[in-house]
Amino acid sequence: MILRALFERFDKAGLVFLIVLAGAMILIPAANLLLPVSSPLHVPTHVMSLIGKYLCYAILALALDLVWGYCGILSLGHGAFFALGGYAMGMYLMRQIGPRGVYSHPVLPDFMVFLNWKELPWFWQGFDMFPFAMLMVVLAPGLLAFLFGWFAFRSRVTGVYLSIITQAMTYALLLAFFRNDMGFGGNNGLTDFKDILGFNIQAQGTRAALFACTALALILCYALARWMVTTSFGKVLVAVRDAESRTRFLGYRVEHYKLVAFTLSAAMAGLAGALYVPQVGIINPSEFAPANSIEAVIWVAVGGRGTLVGAALGAVVVNFLKTWFTTGALAPYWLFMLGALFIVVTLALPKGIVGALNAFGERRRARAAAREQEPKTAEQNA
Amino acid sequence: MVAGAAMMASAGAPVMAQETIKVGILHSLSGTMAISETTLKDVMLMLIEEQNKKGGVLGKKLEAVVVDPASNWPLFAEKARELITQQKVAAVFGCWTSVSRKSVLPVFKELNNILFYPVQYEGEESERNVFYTGAAPNQQAIPAVDYLMSKDGGEVKRWVLAGTDYVYPRTTNKILEAYLKAKGVAAEDIMINYTPFGHSDWQTIVFDVKKFGSAGKKTAVVSTINGDANVPFYKELANQGVKATDIPVVAFSVGEEELAGVDTSNLVGHLAAWNYFQSVKNPSNAEFIAKWQAFTKNPKRVTNDPMEAHVVGFAMWIKAIEKAGATDPDKVIDAIVGVEAPNLTGGVSKMLPNHHITKPVMIGEIRADGQFDVVWQTKDLVPGDAWSDFLDGSKDLEADWVGKKCGNFNVKTGKCG
Amino acid sequence: MSRLKSFCALCLCLLALALHAPAAQADAASALARFAEDSFPETAKAIEELGASGDARAQIILESLAAARLFVDPASRAVYWRTASGVLHEAASGAPVATPPAGLQPVRINNRLRTAIQNELGALTLMAPDPARRRAAAESLFKARDPAALAPLENALKAEKDPAIARAFAQARAAILLASAGASNEQRIDSIALLRARADMGAIAALRSLHESASADAKGLAGDAVAAIEGRLRLMSHVQNVWYGLSLGSVLLLAAIGLAITFGVMGVINMAHGEMVMLGTYVTFLVQEAFRAHAPAWFDLSLPVALPLAFLATGLVGIAIERGVIRFLYGRPLETLLATWGVSLILQQAVRTAFGPTNREVGAPSYMSGAFDLFGLSVTWGRLWIIVFTLVVFGALLLALKRTSLGLHMRAVTQNRRMAASMGIRTPWVDAMTFGLGSGLAGIAGVALSQIDNVSPNLGQSYIIDSFMVVVFGGVGNLWGALVSAFALGVANKFLEPLAGAVLAKIFILVLLILFIQKRPRGLFALKGRAVEA
Repeated sequence: MILRALFERFDKAGLVFLIVLAGAMILIPAANLLLPVSSPLHVPTHVMSLIGKYLCYAILALALDLVWGYCGILSLGHGAFFALGGYAMGMYLMRQIGPRGVYSHPVLPDFMVFLNWKELPWFWQGFDMFPFAMLMVVLAPGLLAFLFGWFAFRSRVTGVYLSIITQAMTYALLLAFFRNDMGFGGNNGLTDFKDILGFNIQAQGTRAALFACTALALILCYALARWMVTTSFGKVLVAVRDAESRTRFLGYRVEHYKLVAFTLSAAMAGLAGALYVPQVGIINPSEFAPANSIEAVIWVAVGGRGTLVGAALGAVVVNFLKTWFTTGALAPYWLFMLGALFIVVTLALPKGIVGALNAFGERRRARAAAREQEPKTAEQNA
Repeated sequence: MVAGAAMMASAGAPVMAQETIKVGILHSLSGTMAISETTLKDVMLMLIEEQNKKGGVLGKKLEAVVVDPASNWPLFAEKARELITQQKVAAVFGCWTSVSRKSVLPVFKELNNILFYPVQYEGEESERNVFYTGAAPNQQAIPAVDYLMSKDGGEVKRWVLAGTDYVYPRTTNKILEAYLKAKGVAAEDIMINYTPFGHSDWQTIVFDVKKFGSAGKKTAVVSTINGDANVPFYKELANQGVKATDIPVVAFSVGEEELAGVDTSNLVGHLAAWNYFQSVKNPSNAEFIAKWQAFTKNPKRVTNDPMEAHVVGFAMWIKAIEKAGATDPDKVIDAIVGVEAPNLTGGVSKMLPNHHITKPVMIGEIRADGQFDVVWQTKDLVPGDAWSDFLDGSKDLEADWVGKKCGNFNVKTGKCG
Repeated sequence: MSRLKSFCALCLCLLALALHAPAAQADAASALARFAEDSFPETAKAIEELGASGDARAQIILESLAAARLFVDPASRAVYWRTASGVLHEAASGAPVATPPAGLQPVRINNRLRTAIQNELGALTLMAPDPARRRAAAESLFKARDPAALAPLENALKAEKDPAIARAFAQARAAILLASAGASNEQRIDSIALLRARADMGAIAALRSLHESASADAKGLAGDAVAAIEGRLRLMSHVQNVWYGLSLGSVLLLAAIGLAITFGVMGVINMAHGEMVMLGTYVTFLVQEAFRAHAPAWFDLSLPVALPLAFLATGLVGIAIERGVIRFLYGRPLETLLATWGVSLILQQAVRTAFGPTNREVGAPSYMSGAFDLFGLSVTWGRLWIIVFTLVVFGALLLALKRTSLGLHMRAVTQNRRMAASMGIRTPWVDAMTFGLGSGLAGIAGVALSQIDNVSPNLGQSYIIDSFMVVVFGGVGNLWGALVSAFALGVANKFLEPLAGAVLAKIFILVLLILFIQKRPRGLFALKGRAVEA
C-alpha cells in the first residue's frame, strides 16, 4: 500500500532514475568485489570511488534544486552546507585515528600537536562517537541554514540580494576556516584518515560499502524531495517561486515554507558532504570557496532546474566531463569547456537536459496526437 | 578480501612489459596555483625529453603523463589515483602546496608509488613513498635568521615574523620563535602577524612594521607570505619607503618567478633564502638556464629553486632506477637512499635515509634587474631535518627508512610512532 | 644666493683637495685595489678609506658602487665606474674609456655595505649644492648616529642657509650627541628637546638610543619625550586609519563602480566584471611594454595613455558580451549570473594562455612612487592619486548620466523600458552602450589597480565578491550609495584590522553586512517606486 502510494509520486523519469540507481547500488560494488580483475565487467576501485564522488555531488545538486528549482531561492552558498557536513564527518574520522598519529598523542590530532594545542577544544568533544557525529552532519548545516533563513526570509530578502548574501556567508566561512586558530586544521584541513566504524577506510570492502551508502542516500534524498514537491506543500513552494507576493496575500506564511525547504536542503547538502569526505580522503576550507557553490548551480542548470532527476544527472555529467578534460592533452582547455558549457546551457537549454528532453517528448506526443486526430476528422468530413 | 588485496597489489605495480616508462606530472595548470606550478610541469617535460635523447633509462624511453588537478585539493588525490592505477606510472613528480601533498599522501601509501615533492615546506613529515627535494625549515629559515643575526646581516635584534595564515608559515614561525628565544631574544622583540591568502591591502601592516622598527634596535622582517600576496606587499613596502638598509625583509617564498611581476628597483637589498638562485655562477647552472630558455623559446624566462629541486630529484630517480635495475617502486625506494646527484650550484646532493636531501643554503639580495646576488652561503651542504629540534612534539622524533624503517621513530620511547 | 653657496662649497672642496692631495691619492689607490678583491670585508675597508681620503672621485665612486655601476676587470684588476648616462670611466685616472674591456664584473655589495656607503656619502654630500641631497645626507646621518660625522656636520650646520635643512642638520647632530658617550649633560638635554619637537618614529628611535652614561634627569626627559611622541602618534594613528580606510574604500569603489552600472542600473549580475578589471591591467601592461621598447624616456606617460585604451578595449569586450550573450537573458537575472560566470572562466583561461600564468610587471611612474609626510601622516603618492582618480571617475560618471543624451536614454530605459522604446529610443543600442560603459569603467579601474596589485589572470576573482558587497550594501541602482558604502566598508575594515587582525576584520565586515541586509533588504539607499519590484 505504502509502496504504491510512494510509486504514484514518481513520474516515468523518476522511476527510471530510481531503478538505475538501485541497480548501480548493488551491481557496481558487486562487480568490484566479486569479479576478477581480468573480467571485462570488473569495476576498478578507483572508478567506483569516482562514481561515488559524482553521486555525492548529485545529492548536493538535488538539495540545491529543491530550493532553487521549486522555491526560487538561488543559494550561492550551498557549498558551505556541504563543507560543514564534510567537516563533521572529518572530525569523526580524525578522532578515530586516536594514538596512531605521527606524534602518537592519545587524543589530539597531529595538526593540534605541532601547533601546541594542549587540549581538545570544546567543539571537538563528542565527535569520537559515530551517532553524535552523524547527528552533527545534518544538524550543523541545518542549524546554520535555519538561523540564516530565519533572518533572511523574515525580512524578505529575496532574489539577487539573497544570492549575494549566501555568497558572503560561504566566503566568510571560507576565511574563518582558513584560520589556524579556529582549530579545524587551517588550510591543510583534515586528512590522512585511518578507519570508519572500525573498518579500514582504504580497504576495497569499505569503499564498496561507502559507495552503496551514497547510492542509497541519493535514492532516499530523491524520494524525500519528490515527496515534498508533489504534496500540497510542494505546490505552495512553486507558488512562492512564481509569485511570492500573491502567495503571501493568499494567506500563506511564505517565510515558513521557505525556511523548511532551505533547512532541509542544507541538511541534505551536509549529508552529501559527509559521504564525500571518506571517499576522497580530505576536507579543506577550499570546499567553502564561492566558486564551488556556483559550480553546483551550474550542475543543476545543465541537468534542468525544477526536475530533481535533472539536477542529479547534471552533477554526474559535468563532473564526468571534468574528469575527462583534466587529463592529458586537453588539460589546458578545461576552463574553456566549462565556461562554454555555462553559456550554451543558459542560452540554448534554459530548461537543461531533462527539460529539453521533456519538451521534445511532448512535442512528439502532440504531433502523434495531431496525426491521430487528422484521419478522424478526414473520415468525418467524408 | 584476499582476492581484493591481490588485485590491488597487481593494480599498484607498474606493468613491466610496457615499452615506455611512464612518469606522472601532477601540477595545477589552472586555478590559483597555476601561477607557480605550470613552470614545474614544463621543466619536467624538458628533463624527460632530455633523458630520452640520452636513450632513456634501462633501454626504455620515458613518457610523461600530464594531468591538471586544477588547484583543487580533492582533485589532486583523484588525479594521483588515476595516474597510478590507470596510467600505471612508475613515479609522480608533483604538488606545490602542503595541502595538495597531504591530500595525495594516503593515495601514494595505499597504492605504493613514489612522489617527488619539490617545494620548501614546514617539515614535520617523513613518508616512505615521498621524497622531499625542497628545503626543510632547517635548510632555509634557520640559516637565514643566523645570517641576519651575524655582523654581515646587520646584527638584527628585533624580529617581525609575517606570514600568510596557513600551515607552512605557522610552523616555520613557531620554529623560529623557539629558536630566537633560545638565542636570547626577548618576547617583546618578536612580533608575529598573519594575513589571509591573497591579502592585497598592506597599508596597516607595513605601517605597523615601521612602527615596530622604530624602537632603536635593528629590526628585520622574516616573511613567509605566500605567492599572490607578495606583489602588493612589496609594492607597499616600496611606496612607504621601507629600505633594505633600514628594515630588511627576508622572504622564504619569493623567488625569481615571483619577482618577475614587480619593479624591483626600489626593493634592492631585500633578501630571500633559498637553496638555489638563477644568478649562481656555475657551468652546470649556465647550461641548465640555456637549455630552459631554449626549451621555452623565451630568452627572458627565469629559473627558480623548486625547478632545481625537480632537476635534482629527477636525476636521483634515474640513478636509483639504474642502481635497482627496475622501476618497481619498492626497489627504487630501497635503492634511492644514498644516491648522489649534482645540484646546479656546484655541490653534490645526497638522498638521506629520512627521504630529504642535502642542500646548500644561500641568502640572496634582490637586485634591480629582478635577480638575486648571493651574499652568503653555507660552507657545506645542510642535511634536511624532517622533525624540528625546536618544537616540543617533534624533537624526540627521527626518520630513518633504512635502519629503523620508520618515519617517526621516537628516540625516547624507542618505538616507531 | 644659491649660486654663491655652491661656489663657496666648491671652494671648500678644492681647498680640502689641495691640502690632502698626496695622502689622498695613496688612499684612493689602495681602496681601488681592495674593490678588485670581490670580498665584502675588503670592500667595506675600501669604502671607509675612500670616505676618509677626501679624494674628489670618492663621491662618484661611492655613488656608482651603491647603484651597482662600479666594475672590476678581473684580468687587469682595474676598476671602472659608469655614469648614469652610460659612459665608462677608469677609476684610477678618472678618464672616460671609449671601448670597455670585455668581462667586466660589477662590484657586489650587501646591506651592511649599503649602509656604510650611505653614511660616507652622507658626510661627503653635506655641502652638496643640491638641497635635496643635503637633506638626504642629514637623514642618513640621523639614522646612522655615527660620532665620526659630528665634526663635518657642525661645519655644515654653520654654513647652512636653508632653515629647513639647518633643522635637519641640527636634528642629526642631536641624534648623534644622544648616542655618543662624550656629550655633556646640557648638550643631551638640548638634543632631547630638539628631537621631542621632531615628534616622529625616527625621533623615538633616536631618543631610545640615549647613551647609558646620561644623567638621570636626561633619561627622565628622554622617557617623557618618547611618551609624548607616542601619545601624539597614537592620536595620529586614528587619522591614519581613516586615511587607510579611504584609500581602501577608493579601491573598492573603483572596482565596484562599473558593477554599479551593469548590475545596479541594468540588473545584470555580471560575474565577469572582475575579469574586465583584469583585462584593464593587461592593457596597462601592454602599453607599458610598448613604452619600454620604444620610448623609455616617456614612461611616465604610460598610465594616461593606457586609460583611454583600457576603456575602449574592455568597453568593446563588454559590448561583445552584451550582444553575444546577455541580450538573450534580459529579465532572467539569475541566468545572467551563470552565463557571465562562464564568460569569466573563458576570459581567465584565455589570458592565461596568451600571457602565461605568472604575474606581469607593471611599473610605477615617478609621480606614483614614494611618499610624503603630512603633519606626521605618511601619505603615499600612489594611494593619493588613486583616491583622486576614483573621485574624478565618479564625478565624470555622474555628469555623463545626468548631462549626456546617452545618460538620459540610459536612465529612461532602466526606468521604463517599453515606454522608452515607444518614445523612439533604440533600447538594444542603449543596452549595449550601457554594458560597454560599465565594462569600460572596470577597465580603467584595472589601470589604477595595476599599481597596487598583481597583474595576473586571477586578479579579477579577488575583487568580484567585494564589488558585489559594495553595490548591494549601497543599494542597487544608486551610485551615491556605492560611494558611501565603499568608503564606509573601507574605513570600518581599517579600524577593525588593528583590533582583530586582517582575517577577522574581513569576516566581521561580511557578517555585519549579512546582518545589515536583514535590516535593510535593499541596501543603504534603496530605490523607491515600482522599479523595485521588477
